[in-house]
Amino acid sequence: MREEQLVIKMNTDFFILLKPELSLTFIIFILLIIKVSDGMNKNSSIIHLANFLLLINFLLGFIGNTTGTLFSDMYHTNGLISLEKNILNFGTLIISLQAYEWLKNHKHVIEFYILLLTTLLGMFFMVSSGNFLMFFLGLELASIPLAAIVNFDLEKIKSSEAAVKMILSSAFASCIMLFGISLVYGTTGTLNFAELPTLITNNPLQILALIFVFTGFAFKLSAVPFHLWTADVYEGAPVPVTAYLSVISKAAMVFVFISVLNPLFQNVPNVWYNMLFLTIVLTITIGNLFAIRQNNIKRFLAFSSISQVGFILLGISSGTAMGVSASVYFLIVYIFSNLGAFGVIALVAAQTEKENISDFKGFYKNNKTLSWIITIALFSLAGIPPTAGFFGKMFLVTAGASKGNYVLIIIAVLNMVVSLYYYLRVVKAIFVDENESPIEKIESNLYSKIALYICMAGIIFTGFASVLYDYINSLM
Amino acid sequence: MTNLSILVIFPLLTTFAILFCRNVTQIKWTALIGSLLQLTIASLLMYSYYGERAAGNTAQMLFEARYSWYSAMNIEYYVGVDGISVIMIMLTAFVVTCGILISWKIETLTKEFFFLLLLLSVGAYGFFISLDLFTMFFFLELAVIPKFLLIAIWGSGKKEYSAMKLALMLMGGSALVLIGLLATYFNTDIGGGVHTWDLLKIAHMHILYETQLFIFPFLFVGFGVFTALFPFHTWVPDGHSSAPTAASMFLAGISMKLGGYGCLRVATYLMPEAAQHYSWIIVLLATIAIIYGAFATLMQKDLKYINAYSSVSHCGFILLGIGMLTKTALIGAVMQMVSHGLMTALFFGAIGMIYERTHTRQIKELGGLLKTIPFLSSVFIIAGLCSLGLPGFSGFVSEMVVFVGAWQQPDAFHRIATILAAASIVVTAVYILRAAGSAIMGPIKNEHFNHLKDATWNEKMASVLLIFAILSIGLAPFWLINIISPDTQIIMENIARGAIGN
Repeated sequence: MREEQLVIKMNTDFFILLKPELSLTFIIFILLIIKVSDGMNKNSSIIHLANFLLLINFLLGFIGNTTGTLFSDMYHTNGLISLEKNILNFGTLIISLQAYEWLKNHKHVIEFYILLLTTLLGMFFMVSSGNFLMFFLGLELASIPLAAIVNFDLEKIKSSEAAVKMILSSAFASCIMLFGISLVYGTTGTLNFAELPTLITNNPLQILALIFVFTGFAFKLSAVPFHLWTADVYEGAPVPVTAYLSVISKAAMVFVFISVLNPLFQNVPNVWYNMLFLTIVLTITIGNLFAIRQNNIKRFLAFSSISQVGFILLGISSGTAMGVSASVYFLIVYIFSNLGAFGVIALVAAQTEKENISDFKGFYKNNKTLSWIITIALFSLAGIPPTAGFFGKMFLVTAGASKGNYVLIIIAVLNMVVSLYYYLRVVKAIFVDENESPIEKIESNLYSKIALYICMAGIIFTGFASVLYDYINSLM
Repeated sequence: MTNLSILVIFPLLTTFAILFCRNVTQIKWTALIGSLLQLTIASLLMYSYYGERAAGNTAQMLFEARYSWYSAMNIEYYVGVDGISVIMIMLTAFVVTCGILISWKIETLTKEFFFLLLLLSVGAYGFFISLDLFTMFFFLELAVIPKFLLIAIWGSGKKEYSAMKLALMLMGGSALVLIGLLATYFNTDIGGGVHTWDLLKIAHMHILYETQLFIFPFLFVGFGVFTALFPFHTWVPDGHSSAPTAASMFLAGISMKLGGYGCLRVATYLMPEAAQHYSWIIVLLATIAIIYGAFATLMQKDLKYINAYSSVSHCGFILLGIGMLTKTALIGAVMQMVSHGLMTALFFGAIGMIYERTHTRQIKELGGLLKTIPFLSSVFIIAGLCSLGLPGFSGFVSEMVVFVGAWQQPDAFHRIATILAAASIVVTAVYILRAAGSAIMGPIKNEHFNHLKDATWNEKMASVLLIFAILSIGLAPFWLINIISPDTQIIMENIARGAIGN
């Protein structure tokens, strides 16, 4: 009798704790059944359905979040992790809304959604992992389908090239990380995140192992010097996929970074800090310097997002709860800002095939609203008040400064000025530069309008209103 | 008018109202009425400030209001004013109103123009009322980027270059300020390892001397970039001369004062020991700026460049006053901020109005304007005379106070600096009188100047407002000295405390 109760309790636990994953799996199955049964042929109705399901999925993420572990500590969740997953849900929903223009004439809409949601599922497991094995499983589940959707502009050679580049370099990074993990296991005898931190010491082999693991992470985050794949992949991939890569897959990686690597290195703080210091300086500086030279707007955003990652690492490097909440807060702001910019670019790319900064010259003439939206989004990325990006950057820099390393802060802050230069270049192209044939008026559909307005509201209000930050802080 | 937040909220509401306007006339009137009401609000604020002080309220800051904003980092929305801030708010209200009046004829993208101009003013008002360093920094940066768009879109000449240079240099300045503020924040302790951004609390804290020596240069140079501290003044000539008239007025009239106010209120007030330690460098750089600015102006042929370079020279007096670290010199610095703000706004306004009619700003192409457009020419001459420091105008009073204050430093170094700075006035007289002489007086150089129309109602109103303010300081300076004197006294006490501490 008692045993039976235990089983039942475990089962309800299973459903409650795994709710985000199960809800995603459910959507994937629905889409799969539709595909197999040939039930829906109209693209638009599939997209409506998918958006609806994603919305439900996002709303479900707000209720019934608890703390607990499953599968003998393989999987764990708590308030912060639930929030992180819902941030990812939210970003995916926005991207799906923005992808309408591109997907409505695409041949393989259902496949796109299935692959997209599978990667999201992988990220969920990654974020929730309590063990290196689970983490690696999630990571691979997240990476491989991603390479497939990078290739989703089926007629374009560049898109296939990007996919091949991505899968090869991604596999290489996974290898290095796996090697690191095996060394960790060899020296400690466990892969459980809860047990590992106390077992890690200044042992050189362990440090080597951790550096390999860190390399894997840095690669996925496209931190310098492991960033070389980023620009080509971003350029080749369809715009919504680029948005997904630069926002969602990065955010997921940062979340794991916060919950896994930070505690893992707690016994070797100097190694950890020096490693981060070097990575941060390189990432911010190189990302910025390369962003200045770009003409393709997707490559441009790729490099700018590299430098943004540097700032996130700056916040994390403080190793305090403040750093963690600043990073999570910044990521939310970053999702709003980056998706605001990508939303406009996606519309333009879908209707005119134009993706260069020089094509945006005189954009303001025919597209006033869209111009303001992309400008505000870029200002938010640059960290200009009153946008939320200002607060996000400020908190990251403040967290970073708590260590008292002003060399790092000076480098970071001066880089903010450099980054302003290239963001302003785009703004200048939109508002000031002359163009004989500026982009015609872009007709935006209801979905992208909704997505863009949500992003704008987010950029403007999440900064002024301290509610969101206070909420994140309360989860620490 | 005891609720200070209305100073920020009201212009913000005006900007929103502009977004909903349907045509150009509505936009212009909304902006004008909004700024006139704001001027009224500012005047009422000054009136009630006088009332409170007369009633014997000796609190350092009046009309304080404090709301917790980001409690995790102890960031507050904390506002309050003393005499210096009240005066700066009045200045802002005057310049913004006149800027809007003078921009009456803007035809391209009118809505965007007034929107950005008013957004700038929100930044300035917010900066002057903030007593929380984070909030202050927020408003400081808010007042940078609209300038980029104003210059790049509506500017003239090499506007894109100037706009980018201005935006980057000012952002560089505020980046330095940010570093200084962060270092300040982490060196404060209000018990239990909790840090604070509260300006007044930090002022009463003893930050270690060595730490101050580290922080002060960041804060002072950072704010100094805004107020044309040599050698970071290079954005001034390009930015001012490329900007549309109203933006030039705002830039020189208010934006450069943000820097001066920050140097005084944040850098010098919070780091008194370091201010003493570095004061000789400030004096040196300020003297260089004064002399260099004056001689550089001599070489200019374009009216806007003349005023821009002379701004470098005049803003040097602000820094000189701060660097001298005597009470009189600080009063002089604040007065110079106000006086230069009004005078240079009037000057840029006059140049803009003349340019609109003659389509040239080159001195050698102008001439005889006094005969055809007497009102505008008189305005130009009044601004010029104020600039060269003719008694009766505000320029004379404020520069005089700076010199008197500077002379109170008895050693040779300060004396030499003072003498050199005072000597620069001769150079000022040369370039101002030359410009006025050949551009305004003399024979009419161009046939088409005969058909120019004199000032319209809006231009007259703007000029009269500014001249009224200039004269009210120039003829009766004591009301201004009385209002700022107690606050400079407080800053001086902090500095004196530092002197004893060493």
